[in-house]
Amino acid sequence: MIGALATLLSLQLAGEILVRLLALPLPGPVLGMILLFAVLALRGTAPRTLEDAANGLLRHLSLLFVPAGVGIVVHLDRVAQAWLPLLVTVIASTALTILVTAFTLLGMQRLTGRRESP
Amino acid sequence: MTDLFQLWVYLAERPLLWLTVTVIAYWLAHRLFTLSGEFPLLNPVLVAVTALVGLLLGTGTRYETYFDGAQFVHFLLGPATVALAVPLYRQAHRLRRLWFPLTVALVAGSVTAVTSALAFGWLLGLSPEMLLSLLPKSVTTPIAMGISREIGGLPSLTAVLVILTGITGAVLGVPLLRAFGQRNAAAKGFAIGVAAHGIGTARAFQHSDEAGAFAGLGMGLNGALTALLVPLVVWLLAL
Repeated sequence: MIGALATLLSLQLAGEILVRLLALPLPGPVLGMILLFAVLALRGTAPRTLEDAANGLLRHLSLLFVPAGVGIVVHLDRVAQAWLPLLVTVIASTALTILVTAFTLLGMQRLTGRRESP
Repeated sequence: MTDLFQLWVYLAERPLLWLTVTVIAYWLAHRLFTLSGEFPLLNPVLVAVTALVGLLLGTGTRYETYFDGAQFVHFLLGPATVALAVPLYRQAHRLRRLWFPLTVALVAGSVTAVTSALAFGWLLGLSPEMLLSLLPKSVTTPIAMGISREIGGLPSLTAVLVILTGITGAVLGVPLLRAFGQRNAAAKGFAIGVAAHGIGTARAFQHSDEAGAFAGLGMGLNGALTALLVPLVVWLLAL
């Protein structure tokens, strides 16, 4: 468990350092995710303890977004001024993006003959 | 009464109070979501955030005070993002097979996210400052704020719009795709991750591990692509 936590934190730290050194347009943790994926691919297997730690963190990933979400309180006034057009734009654009992405993926799978069972 | 007030004053300034309240609010919201048979509008992030915003406004608590406690939960986002590599690795054999369809879908989704936000926002008369702050809404907060700064938006407003988009994607994604007859977990997850970053990814993990893995992939890839795409769109349209 501690080993898994040390692994996750070290790769996050490595990601943060590399992003700054190379001025990459990515957040450190996202590069850390890519690094961990590379490590796992090279090892050929994920250790049991790392699987458990990852599952534990990801099962309630939603909780981790709550503090940032409450940050809306700081901009309540500005958002309230134009809440209807903002809300309509966000909802319409998000819905369209989800549909376009999902159906392009399925369409391309069909085109390339790599359709998977649902 | 004054004793109670003294106790409140003491607790309100300690990290423990708001950390505990955050965890309890989420736990209750999650119970409600499960008990309602996963009714989309009772999304746990939406309910917990709404309840906590009400509580902060009601008690006159500043966000900074709240965040002193809640930061311990917030901090775990970093290691959790790194941990996304584990479920993704479990899908590695499918990534090898699907890399081409995934790449095309990513580009289509990323372009749609940016251009549709611009088109709808412009049609509905949003101010140029709002529009610029809105363009990177589909990607994870640190990337979105960086893009917003670069193109002349308001990074802190962008952070709010990113959260709003994430919650929208988490609420809408699953029922919308179900309504369109979409049952493929990989396609569902990838689409929600591309459109609604981490909050969407969190929702996808509640759906299934497989959807979560593809959502994490969509989130990471779209973050990188949008960072290139938005400045290009702004330059092309001379905004």
